[in-house]
Amino acid sequence: TQCLFTLVIAPDTETLKLTEQQILFYHSTDFEVHRNWLAITHSLPVSKWYHENTSEWTLDYPPLFAWFEYSLSHVAQHFDKEMLVVQNLLYTSPATILFQRLSVIVTDIVFIYAVKECCRSVREEKGSKDLLGHPFFILAALLLWNFGLLIVDHIHFQYNGFLFGILLLSVARHLQGRHLEGALLFTVLLNLKHIYLYIAPAYGIFLLRSYCFTEDNTDGSVRWSSFSPVRLVALGSIVISVGALSFGPFIAMGQLPQVLSRLFPFKRGLCHAYWAPNVWALYNMVDKALSVLGVRLKLLDVAKLPKASMTGGLVQEFQHSILPSVSPSITLICTLLSIMPAVLSIWCRPRGARGFLRCLVVCALGSFMFGWHVHEKAILMAILPFSILAVESREDAGIFLMLTTTGHYSLFPLLFTAAELPIKVLLMLLFTLYSFTSLKKLFRGSLLNPLETTYLLGLVAVEILCEVVYPLSPWQHTMPFVPLLVTSVYCSLGVCYSFIRLYVSLLRQHGTDKHKQL
Amino acid sequence: MENWSLVSICVLFGLTARWAVSLNSYSGAGKPPMFGDYEAQRHWQEVTYNLPVHEWYFNTTDNNLNYWGLDYPPLTAYHSLLCAHDHGFDFCWVLVADLLIYIPAVVLYSFYLSEGSNKKKVCTVLCILLYPGLILIDYGHFQYNSISLGLALWGVVVLGLGWDVLGSLAFVLSLNYKQMELYHSLPFFCYLLGKCFKQGLAGRGLFLLVKIAVTVLVTFALCWLPFLSDPGQILQVVHRLFPVGRGLFEDKVANTWCSLNVLIKIKTILSTDTQLYISLTTTLLAILPSSIKLLMKPTLWQFKLALVNSSLAFFLFSFQVHEKSILLPALPVCLLLNDLPLPAIWFLQASTFSMLPLFLKDGLLVPYVVTSLAFLFFSIYLLSALEHCSEDKLRLGPYRRLLICMPRMDLGRFYFSITAMAGLSFMSVALAPPAQLPDLFPLLVSVFSYLHFLGLLLYFNIVQIAEPPQSVRKNQKKSN
Repeated sequence: TQCLFTLVIAPDTETLKLTEQQILFYHSTDFEVHRNWLAITHSLPVSKWYHENTSEWTLDYPPLFAWFEYSLSHVAQHFDKEMLVVQNLLYTSPATILFQRLSVIVTDIVFIYAVKECCRSVREEKGSKDLLGHPFFILAALLLWNFGLLIVDHIHFQYNGFLFGILLLSVARHLQGRHLEGALLFTVLLNLKHIYLYIAPAYGIFLLRSYCFTEDNTDGSVRWSSFSPVRLVALGSIVISVGALSFGPFIAMGQLPQVLSRLFPFKRGLCHAYWAPNVWALYNMVDKALSVLGVRLKLLDVAKLPKASMTGGLVQEFQHSILPSVSPSITLICTLLSIMPAVLSIWCRPRGARGFLRCLVVCALGSFMFGWHVHEKAILMAILPFSILAVESREDAGIFLMLTTTGHYSLFPLLFTAAELPIKVLLMLLFTLYSFTSLKKLFRGSLLNPLETTYLLGLVAVEILCEVVYPLSPWQHTMPFVPLLVTSVYCSLGVCYSFIRLYVSLLRQHGTDKHKQL
Repeated sequence: MENWSLVSICVLFGLTARWAVSLNSYSGAGKPPMFGDYEAQRHWQEVTYNLPVHEWYFNTTDNNLNYWGLDYPPLTAYHSLLCAHDHGFDFCWVLVADLLIYIPAVVLYSFYLSEGSNKKKVCTVLCILLYPGLILIDYGHFQYNSISLGLALWGVVVLGLGWDVLGSLAFVLSLNYKQMELYHSLPFFCYLLGKCFKQGLAGRGLFLLVKIAVTVLVTFALCWLPFLSDPGQILQVVHRLFPVGRGLFEDKVANTWCSLNVLIKIKTILSTDTQLYISLTTTLLAILPSSIKLLMKPTLWQFKLALVNSSLAFFLFSFQVHEKSILLPALPVCLLLNDLPLPAIWFLQASTFSMLPLFLKDGLLVPYVVTSLAFLFFSIYLLSALEHCSEDKLRLGPYRRLLICMPRMDLGRFYFSITAMAGLSFMSVALAPPAQLPDLFPLLVSVFSYLHFLGLLLYFNIVQIAEPPQSVRKNQKKSN
């Protein structure tokens, strides 16, 4: 029956996605990005893939994704051959758009399968519940109807459903105890999109600790004698073979430096044009506030402040005025520091696959909080795996509601036209209403304290302010970035709070484990 | 989960589906010189905003009636005037109208007038809100049917709750919004008259009759107030509302005359007057049994069935019927989703299918496919339609022997029908018709739908007439 129920929900997601495809002539720049990659991989020989730069959207995903685009391009040629010509920049025939949207829908099958597997691994309490109250149903609905994924994938166009499907499938395999498959899937994922490097520490330490060391001591610490070289070699060979498949041709051609330079472009600024709701958004805000205050109190000279605007629309380097400027290495150090306690925790006191999942979420969230040039879409990397934990524990459900609502709201600026306003509001209401009521019913009682509820209600006020009040005010033309700023800063408060709470719960569990041993 | 949250989720889901369809291309997008219904609405806003009332329905230098002249009753005109004041995104108005009028009526109907557990009621809400025909016409083709249908539904709900005067008020408003609602007028009339008779014509019944009559007349007068000063005005409006000069049918529509025209070219053989008389007589004959039964037994169940039978009969036999008029029988059939799931779903799917040529013209193929699939999927799964097709459940009563000579309503035929509809839809899109028969596919679609409608008309008539006596039904309820 579980399969049936997932199958029930999945087609509905697809149908909703299909109805939204109707905006046939509307598309974002990501369309052009992927069309360009289809063209590059189809028309040019492999040696030129990472050198080609006719278009500004150069290939900046790892080679396995390029191979994926290559295989897609063979299907694409039956839709419209013209899209595969590299010189046809911004080519957007209806057939092209149809093909690309269909490709996202088809690759979503991976996501649907992954959700089904996750639902199978969910622990549930005994006792009969009706269908709507079953944890696996709630999980399926939370994942398949995830507002963020719908918005990002289908209105904004990316292959996130496909990629998150592989991630969730890998997690499901670990929950089911099939670690080698999980490792294989994660390696494939890493070679498809290197942003998942952020959660690689969780995988690495977990597999090393819980898979390569087959037994623990009675107090839970490492039993060095139980190290299994066979397993280590198995893992290693998986990683190396997938890597060879993906990077092999390029290493053979000596293009590895070029590929790496494309994959890691650090010329972009600390924050995206619209600040992702992380620590740096707050940092920027404080810096701006201090500088304005300083000018007002005549402590600073206006002329001496750097003129570069970090609040303009372009991504460029900028300097902070008062607080120290932040460089990529600093963000890397901060990220590593933030995930260190979690990673150490699963080394010292591993709690099986669920502890690994918690650490994974912490790594994803930590990298979102402190990373360089983070896009707000990256919040999904934390939200989606966290859904699995949310249907199993009451405390996690509370943190999940907070994180999810804030994180999803921060995606609103991605859709800014008047036609999209009802859709994003309706979908957001749908998802939020469902997640709140279903989790409340599952855990029988309120999950948020009054302060958190007030904060979330404040989101409604922010939305009205940004969409209705501000456009009618006189400052709309002089300071058009203010709605984005307000959204970003307000959401970053919520995200930071969730991060702290998640960490506290992780360390508290670590503490209780230690207590048990003593 | 609590009811209110489930219902809100269903409503939000319905609204999302509607908005998603509206983001599609709309009727007449980019097709000069006449464009389509969207342009018609926009033109009416212009006309009502800029011209004085007595010129709205007349052909003047400022108002060329050939270019989308106003051909709906005054309430539509007032509504256009209202919309003209706030010239925002027009699709918002349809959504607002839905939210304020149609959707609350659906929710109230499901919760107060239908039977079953709470979950079943919520499922009914969802399925009614997902009916593809209304979504596609209102948001894809662009019209405001949800206002007139919503008001009629309010009439049904209010009558079901026992407030006869308010119910008739709601229906009169609906009638004054779109004259097509005349298809529903006979059941309303018979139901209310029947109730008056039941309460005794000397006494409370007469009092009720007078109250209703006064309400109806006053409402009509208020709606037509600006036009009452001049009889010429009234005549002109009526002339615009009922264009009898336009012939028996236009385009391809799934009714008797168009289908008959395939075999015998009645349009050319008979004169317009004869056509008028034939259509009038057949319509009257078709609605007679159901109306008489309702008059004798004015219950809610009979009322719902009579609404179906009357509007479907009108659709099949009346003069100058448009394919969009199928929405009028579709509304009461939606109300039967709970009681007779399989026939209702079959009808609703066929009604959407019958409008396929219209959707293709408007470029609504993908929304059509998606909403039809979603509707079929949800309704069959949520209402357990496939389990409710035993003869008992189909409520045919003593007349089931009659159906031995007719195609039976069973699962095999249902699947075949759906597959055939899918196949015809695919062919209409993918294949080009042969040169000598350019209208082949629309014709096939309308004839196929027509056969369905005819069969279902017979079925619903039998169900209405065959209703077992009250005590038997009560016993059945107890044993369920």
